[in-house]
Amino acid sequence: MTEMIATRQAYGDALVELGEKNKDIVVLDADLSKSTTTAKFGKKFPDRFFNMGVAEANMMNTAAGLATCGKIAFVSSFSIFATGRAWEQIRNTVCYSGLNVKIVATHSGVSVGPDGASHQCIEDISLMKTIPTMTVIEPCDAVETRKVIFAVAAYKGPVYVRLGRAAVPVITKKEEPYTIGKASILRTGKDLAIVACGALVANSLTAAGILAKDGIEATVVNTHTIKPIDRETLVNVARQVNAVVTAEQHVLDGGLGSAVASVLAQAHPVPIEMIGIDNRFGQSGEPDILFKEYHLLAEDIVLAARRVLERKKK
Amino acid sequence: MGNLQNLDIKSLEDRSKVIRRHVIRMLVKAGSGHPGSSLSTVDLLVALFYSKLRHNPRQPAWPDRDRFIMSKGHACPALYAALAETGYFGIDKLDTLRQFGSMLQGHPCMKTTPGIEISGGSLGQGLSVGLGISLAAKLDNKDYRTYVMLGDGEIEEGQVWEAAMAASHYNADNLCAIIDQNGLQIDGFIHEVMSSHPIPDKWRGFGWHVIETNGHDFPAILAAYNEAEAVKGRPTVIVAKTVKGKGVSFMENQVDWHGKAPTKEEAERALAELK
Repeated sequence: MTEMIATRQAYGDALVELGEKNKDIVVLDADLSKSTTTAKFGKKFPDRFFNMGVAEANMMNTAAGLATCGKIAFVSSFSIFATGRAWEQIRNTVCYSGLNVKIVATHSGVSVGPDGASHQCIEDISLMKTIPTMTVIEPCDAVETRKVIFAVAAYKGPVYVRLGRAAVPVITKKEEPYTIGKASILRTGKDLAIVACGALVANSLTAAGILAKDGIEATVVNTHTIKPIDRETLVNVARQVNAVVTAEQHVLDGGLGSAVASVLAQAHPVPIEMIGIDNRFGQSGEPDILFKEYHLLAEDIVLAARRVLERKKK
Repeated sequence: MGNLQNLDIKSLEDRSKVIRRHVIRMLVKAGSGHPGSSLSTVDLLVALFYSKLRHNPRQPAWPDRDRFIMSKGHACPALYAALAETGYFGIDKLDTLRQFGSMLQGHPCMKTTPGIEISGGSLGQGLSVGLGISLAAKLDNKDYRTYVMLGDGEIEEGQVWEAAMAASHYNADNLCAIIDQNGLQIDGFIHEVMSSHPIPDKWRGFGWHVIETNGHDFPAILAAYNEAEAVKGRPTVIVAKTVKGKGVSFMENQVDWHGKAPTKEEAERALAELK
């Protein structure tokens, strides 16, 4: 049985490890530290943890101020508040100044579940990747999340890391290397490529397994870094298979799918089918029910694969 | 390193005239910008840069320097002039304000201009940044202070009050807000557009030490800065009554001079008044 861990859990543990190694790490949260798991850091290093209350705009710029003094500031809240409420602070103060602020937000996507649409952020990838100089990362599991947190702490500049509330299968291994901006190929096949991020990577692997039973061989690419996107890997893979499915827990406008399409349209146009949320808000419900409702399941990816293969034939 | 100079009042007044003349010359050259909002800040800036800040213009990144943030970023011509006059960069650079490729952007940019602590100009954000710097100073056991200048129109932004609440919560006594209370904003008088009054009571309610002063009276300004530094356990705000367009008779208290550059002829009249 595959181990199930939420990416946010790995975040809190990684922060504590980092905090022990590096005294310049500071963490800010907006009254959600138990949910984002930054409370673990706060308990261990109370002097370097700042609960800023329910005031995300101020939190973001306080982090910016700390960063101007050499601190590596991790800022956490739910995705919708971190990237939505504080968007202009991120754009005008954090990114325009080129500051070393790491926005690590949890509760992205419809997998937030019962809290409903107001708390299910499905626009954050788009909101963050449109800002010049911003790096945008969504790890696929808890093991990768730990590596991402260490990598972004070592990277100089603003980064957005997108994490989830719900437990997701652990599909990567501790010993595998991680590099920001370098997509990883989890499985190779000659017929099509499934390019995914976050929780949809596991579903893509499941879909590839289903397709294999019908003799269809799919490459699965974990595009953990959505910006800067790994053009080289995407173009190479597209040249080999000439059919692509993208999969993300995000609106189709401005997410991973559009980033992949933009690269391939310019470098090597191939048929693309996109799995994502199509111009709708989320709603209350358990994550598995919502994944079915919003067509984010492995079966949906399989259907998209069959559609793209039909188009490839023409 | 330390205080740059210990100027007498007459010398400070002379410095203010020099800065105000720079502002007029810069704006007429640039063809756009904010004269009224720049001129109201000048005396507060001169007192700070010549008599209060521990800074070293030859070493803008000196880690122990006092910080100054112009949160009402549109007043940056006055700040640029003060930076140039105190030696952060050549005075000749002032002529390039707002031009393509200039180190002096239309609103503050820390990447291009030495002495600018944070980029921005979007109102309401500077006090939060100042709070972050003050928290860093405390973490590092440093005694540098952070000054943030805000406008009385700017404090209509909700984020200012988030920052006010948090600075008080964290006992940020190394943080000093300076409100340039010139009574006007782009669309008119503050009390007509969106009253931020009573300003001192609001800050007292948020737990700040409040000093009310005349923002054009050097002895009063210096006394306010010294009092702010002596207050322990909570942040201080200096509410400084100022005149928008101060020093140029036809710009004073005129809302139209918030964001328009003088013509050559108007600039000559202004410069004649600032001799």
